[in-house]
Amino acid sequence: MSARFAVGATVRVRAAFPPGHLRTPFFVRGKTGRVTQVLGPYRNPEELAYGRSGEPALPLYRVVFETAGLWDDYRGAARDTTVVDIYENWLEPAEETV
Amino acid sequence: MAHDHEHDHAHDHGHDHGHAHQPHPFQPDLEAAPLTHYQVMTQAVGDLLIEKGVITADELRAMLEAIDAKSPAAGARMVARAWVDDGFKARMLADVNGAAQELGIDAGSIPIRAVENTAAVHNVIVCTLCSCYPRLLIGLPPDWYKSRAYRSRTVREPRAVLAEFGTVIADDVEVRVHDSTADLRYMVLPARPAGTEGWDEEDLAGLVTRDCMVGVTLPKSPQ
Repeated sequence: MSARFAVGATVRVRAAFPPGHLRTPFFVRGKTGRVTQVLGPYRNPEELAYGRSGEPALPLYRVVFETAGLWDDYRGAARDTTVVDIYENWLEPAEETV
Repeated sequence: MAHDHEHDHAHDHGHDHGHAHQPHPFQPDLEAAPLTHYQVMTQAVGDLLIEKGVITADELRAMLEAIDAKSPAAGARMVARAWVDDGFKARMLADVNGAAQELGIDAGSIPIRAVENTAAVHNVIVCTLCSCYPRLLIGLPPDWYKSRAYRSRTVREPRAVLAEFGTVIADDVEVRVHDSTADLRYMVLPARPAGTEGWDEEDLAGLVTRDCMVGVTLPKSPQ
């Protein structure tokens, strides 16, 4: 499947809390970041975990976040970043301004 | 003579060194704790595979031995090559698995990416979910990498964690944390330390430790 987001796109991670096996860390849910790399399609781990096929495969992205935006009291440098691999079903388009 | 040793400690014979000679506590044997559900299931599957002739006990043993024998040497060779060969470095940054093949190293089928430390960026790897780690290139993950403390604190306060490893990163350098919870594995390509001009690859590889490739430390300058 073709990737919905291109490198440089601003994306928001869904603020969702479904049950089951998930690979999206809590600390980025609802947060806005930027796509730095499109890694290609990978079978959906949320399905594979239960013995299903994981098809259709999902585009997987490397998304970079400003670390200070992830934690209210982050005490590192403002320039620090966190990069997380996120499957496309967790991403939605977002405005540049956040 | 393990029994004699235990006996000595159980009955302190009071020779006076000016302090109380406390018998040290016994560390329980691994088997002392009850098996968890997953330990039972793992054991059962292993036994069934052997009973049904799918694998032999020796094959299972050999696989464990091979996994345990993995070391950071392969990753260190790749880093050293990247330091002396810009073309290799570019290929390694694009595709670690492919670059590994050039050196006759099997990096496995899970895609591995290298992230490069520069004057502006310091990279550190964590898997907040579990212990994802490029084992074929840098060996088995250390216990601390799998600990809840490392997994939770490295994303929460990376500079504090790095400082506990003796690694202080200046505020004008970006600390970039990579959380590898999905289908790829990551390793750090450290910067070549000063003072190594003219070194051959083998000597350079000797500077590249496991922890350098996780990103919790830096290769040490020779002086």
